Amino acid sequence: METNNTGRFGPFGGQYVPEALMPTLQALDQAYQRHKADPAFQAELRALHNTYTGRPSLLYFAEKMTDDLGGAKVYLKREDLNHTGSHKINNVLGQVLLAKKMGKTRVIAETGAGQHGVATATVAALMGLECEVFMGKEDTQRQALNVFRMELLGAKVHAVTSGTQTLKDAVNAAMQEWVMRMDDTHYVVGSVVGPHPFPVMVRDFHQIIGEEIRAQMLEAEGRLPDVVLACAGGGSNAIGAFYDFIDEPGVRLIGCEAAGRGTDTPEHAATITLGSPGIFHGMKSVFCQDADGQIAPVYSISAGLDYPGIGPEHAHLATSGRAEYVPVTDDEAVAAFSYLGCMEGIIPAIESAHAVAHAIKLAPTLGKDKIMVINLSGRGDKDVAAIARYQGVNIHE
Amino acid sequence: MNRIQQVFDSKRAIIPFVTGGDPDIQTTERLILALAEAGADMIEIGIPFSDPAAGGPVLQLAEERALTGGCRVAELFELVARVREQVTIPLLFRSYINPIFVYGPERFMSDCARYGIDGVVVLDLPFEEQGEIRAACKAHGILQVSTISPAPVERLQKIAKAAEGFLYCIGDFGAVEQSVRQVTEIPIVAGYGAPGAETANGVVVDTAIVELVAELGRDSVASVVGLLQGLR
Ligand SMILES: Cc1ncc(COP(=O)(O)O)c(C=O)c1O
Repeated sequence: METNNTGRFGPFGGQYVPEALMPTLQALDQAYQRHKADPAFQAELRALHNTYTGRPSLLYFAEKMTDDLGGAKVYLKREDLNHTGSHKINNVLGQVLLAKKMGKTRVIAETGAGQHGVATATVAALMGLECEVFMGKEDTQRQALNVFRMELLGAKVHAVTSGTQTLKDAVNAAMQEWVMRMDDTHYVVGSVVGPHPFPVMVRDFHQIIGEEIRAQMLEAEGRLPDVVLACAGGGSNAIGAFYDFIDEPGVRLIGCEAAGRGTDTPEHAATITLGSPGIFHGMKSVFCQDADGQIAPVYSISAGLDYPGIGPEHAHLATSGRAEYVPVTDDEAVAAFSYLGCMEGIIPAIESAHAVAHAIKLAPTLGKDKIMVINLSGRGDKDVAAIARYQGVNIHE
Repeated sequence: MNRIQQVFDSKRAIIPFVTGGDPDIQTTERLILALAEAGADMIEIGIPFSDPAAGGPVLQLAEERALTGGCRVAELFELVARVREQVTIPLLFRSYINPIFVYGPERFMSDCARYGIDGVVVLDLPFEEQGEIRAACKAHGILQVSTISPAPVERLQKIAKAAEGFLYCIGDFGAVEQSVRQVTEIPIVAGYGAPGAETANGVVVDTAIVELVAELGRDSVASVVGLLQGLR
């Protein structure tokens, strides 16, 4: 996808922020462009991925699942095996390394499920930076274990009590904190959202997912996959998996959005499916909102997908028809969560389970000669207690 | 726009701000009428937004109250139409971009012109993105107010040179004034109480007013007027 220097993807993207933030965003963009082109920076990041993250992550052939579904061959891209348990660390290592090169001594982050907060706290500890994480109060309760995990890593966690007390409010709070303290602080945005340069930069740091899928698939099957599936909240793991294939028209790209209690109810977070164009969180994109442009309170069982917007590059991929976006309900995701555990001995993050759920529907409709890759964005340890609650099981946590 | 020029002709302008619909439309209407009568030079009306990330907690809570009370953009236009029958000073909307974008910039500015809004201050529309509403503002004679905040000199001067009407400083006025005055003669307003605001051509009084409304609700009109008169 072509982008110009204010980060446009077709009509989407841009930098819709208070004037006070513009000098900082421009300095960040310049520093990023400089380091991106610097082989030493790239080599340092690559070395960290190899020795710390555990890259490349495996591409695993899910044979039992394939046999069970009776259609396309199913592969899992195992981002759940990364250090800290999700894809989020790809972006965080890149941004925190960049922040350090820019002379920042403190990083802040928003988090929904807590995975991005944990990754940021982890890398801040590794690189010796101060770290503060903003998390909606409701999410601190849904994901209490991750709050404690961040604290163990030396980070300070702020429970955000404004608005709906979820991910969007955590972004608001982190953005406000950044405006008040830009000199020594970098805001590690956790997805391909926000003002330029974040959607481009975060995508670049996740691009490695798709590059690895291509190389591993060529080695395993001697060809590219027919379908790549990923869950999409803000859209970072999805764009990371998709990006290398955008210019390969033979590869179908499918983003799986959270439909919560159903797209016929108000309780969903299916942005592309049900949203409309808007400008929020620094970007022009697609949002769940009302007729007055008030951002809607969204819902999903998955705190990581419980976001009323999506990255501008996805809005463009959807509008141009290059990628498809499908809704997946809580019930479907929870069923897929259990399914993958029983079938393959892999418990996925509830976010990733949305992609697994759609794959379960899609695979049987495709021929056995077809190949699909599910990007397994994270592991499900963090969700075990919540799923038990959902199923009415009392596990005396 | 001529109405706006007169504001800065001789004196230091006092520009009170009220959050539209906080705690209800009737109170906003009474506040605007009373402030105009008490000598406000221009009034800013805030369009409440669900996610007002560019304001402090006091302003945020006011927007939450307004939306909880059911305030709609269409009602604010009706409110403007009603107060326009009595009020001659300039009226501005202060908004985030999304309510304008979703309403449609063309229709929004057309309605501004029809009902009597003179200009708009958009909090999350920096210099580079002003094109989002420029054509619509021009077409309907609505002043698109440029915001300015501490930045490198080149940026401050680029914004200042392109600005029309007046400049709206958010944040430290002292860090902005000198660079701006070197390249333009247009007036600059600052937030009441901002560092260096003593030498601004006008001051915007928002938090102090909104705090009174938060405390006194429908009974806040007399106190807000008292506050304004204290500034004269
Ligand atoms: C495991 C996992 N997958 C997916 C997401 C959603 O984010 P994105 O759409 O940016 O990949 C999250 C967010 O917290 C997550 O933790």
